[in-house]
Amino acid sequence: MNKFRNRIMEAGVDFPACYQCGKCTAGCPVAFAMDYGPRQIVRFLQLGMWEEAFSSHSIWLCTACDTCSTRCPRGVNPAQMMDWLRVEAGRQGIVAEPKVKIFNDTFLKLVEKYGRVPEVELVIRYNLRSGQVFKDARLGPAMLRRGKLHLIPRRIRGIGSLRQVFKRVKQ
Amino acid sequence: MMLILSSLVLNYRPSSIAELENTAYKRIFDFITDGAVWQHEGQQKGLEKQMKFAYFPGCSLNTTGLEYGWSTRAVATALDITLQEIPDWNCCGASSAHWTDDWLSLVLPARNLALAEQMGLDVVAPCAGCFSRLRAAESVIRQPDRRAELQEALGMPLNGEIKTCSLLDLLANRVGIPAIQNKVVKPLTGLRLVCYYGCLLVRPPGITGFDDPENPQSMDQLMKALGAAVLDWPCKTECCGGNLATPRTDLTLQISGNLLKTVYAAGAEAVVTACPLCMINLDARQKEMTKRFGRLFQVPVFYFTELIGLSMGFAPETLGLNRHFTDTLPLLSGQALI
Ligand code: SF4
Ligand code: SF4
Repeated sequence: MNKFRNRIMEAGVDFPACYQCGKCTAGCPVAFAMDYGPRQIVRFLQLGMWEEAFSSHSIWLCTACDTCSTRCPRGVNPAQMMDWLRVEAGRQGIVAEPKVKIFNDTFLKLVEKYGRVPEVELVIRYNLRSGQVFKDARLGPAMLRRGKLHLIPRRIRGIGSLRQVFKRVKQ
Repeated sequence: MMLILSSLVLNYRPSSIAELENTAYKRIFDFITDGAVWQHEGQQKGLEKQMKFAYFPGCSLNTTGLEYGWSTRAVATALDITLQEIPDWNCCGASSAHWTDDWLSLVLPARNLALAEQMGLDVVAPCAGCFSRLRAAESVIRQPDRRAELQEALGMPLNGEIKTCSLLDLLANRVGIPAIQNKVVKPLTGLRLVCYYGCLLVRPPGITGFDDPENPQSMDQLMKALGAAVLDWPCKTECCGGNLATPRTDLTLQISGNLLKTVYAAGAEAVVTACPLCMINLDARQKEMTKRFGRLFQVPVFYFTELIGLSMGFAPETLGLNRHFTDTLPLLSGQALI
C-alpha cells in the first residue's frame, strides 16, 4: 500500500496535509450523489484504506471541476486525487460506475479512429455498449433538425500519425 | 543613432512585402525626420491591432455548438480579427482523456499546439473545455524535460513559443471593451442576464490564469458594456455536470436544473455562457427537467458571442439564435432586439 502512497504524492496529491475542514465537500457539485465526499476519500488515504477509495463511486462521479482544489486551504489537491484514483482503479479493473468508463472509452476509441469525435456514432456506440438502445432518442433527431449533427464522420488527414501517437502513449 | 537605426531594422520581422514597404522604410524615414519615437510607438500599436490567430474550433463548434462557431466568426469579422483554422486539428481529448490517461490528455492537445507553431500564430479557443486542455498541455511544454517527452510521443517539434487564450479573454481583455462598445449599434437595454463561467474557463487558476476563479468579471463587464443589466447570482462558477450528461443524465439534470432555478431566483431572464458543453446541459434538456421536476423550465441560454453579435447588428439567423432548444426569440423580440 505504501507504493500507492508514494505514487499519488508524486502526482501532486498532498493528502497527509489535510486537516479535514470539509471545504472540498461543501463546494463539490456531485457530493450529493457520491457515496463518500472528497473529504472522506482523503481520510481513507490517511487511514491507509485504499480498497475503499478505489471501489468508491465518488471517483467516477467526480466531474473534475476543480472546485475542491481551488478552495482547499491546505493545498491537498483533491481533484488530482480523484483523477489518480480513477485511473488506477480502472487499471485494476475496479469500476463502480461502468457507464462512465464505457462512455470515456468509446469517446477515446473514436478519437483514435477519426481524429475528431463524430457525435452520432458516439451516442449509438455508447448506447449499444451500455445496453440502453433508446437513450436520448428524442434529443438526437432534435439536434439533427437544427443542423447540429453530421451523419457521416470524417477522418483527419493526419490520422495515420495520430494513431501512432496513441500507440506510443499506450506503451 | 546608428545603433538605434540598426536595432529598428534588426528587430523588425515583416509578415509581407507590402508591409515591409509600408512600414519599415516609413519608420526609418520618420526616425530621421524627427518625432520618431512616438510615430514608432503609434505604428506598433497599429500593427498589434491587426490581430491574427490560429483558430481551434474543436469538435463542438461545427456541430452541437454551431451557434458558438457562427457567432464567433461574425464577431471576429466585425472586429477585424483574422481567425485562421489550424489545418487538420484533432480532438483535444476533452474530459474523456483527462479521466482516463493523464499523458494522453496532454499529448492530444499538444499536437494542435505543434501545428499552430508551424503557423507561427498564437491560438484562440472559444470552447472552455478545449481551452483548458490546450493550456494544460502548454504548461507542460514549458518544462524542458517534459517537452522532450512530448515531442517524442508526438513525433513533432515543439518549441513552446506560442500561447493559447480563450475567446472570452481575447475579447474582454485584448481587444478590450471600448473597441467592442464602439461597434454596438443596438444596445441590449432591458435584458436581465446572469453570466455563467462554469469550471474550465477559470479553474485551475494556475492553468487558466485570466480571471478570478471565485468571482470572475470579464463576461460581466462585456455584457454591461453592451447595455444589458447583469445581475449577481451564486452560481457563476458552479459545475453544470459536465461529461456526466451521457452516462449519468439523472445527475446532470439535477445539477443543471438547480442552476437554472437560481437564475429565476436571481430575477434574471437568461443565462450567458462561453462553453458548448454547459450550453447543451443547460439549454437542451429543459423539457426533461420540466417533466422531472414538475415545474416549467424555460430559460434562454446564450453564448456571449451571440449577444455581442446581436448588439453589433447581425441578424439572429447569422448568429444561430434560432437554433437553440429553448427558444430565445420571444425574449429578444419582447425587448425589441429583433
Ligand atoms: S478542503 Fe482540503 S484540507 Fe479541507 S477537508 Fe478537503 S482536502 Fe482536507
Ligand atoms: S473536482 Fe471532483 S471532487 Fe472536486 S469538487 Fe469537483 S466534482 Fe467534487
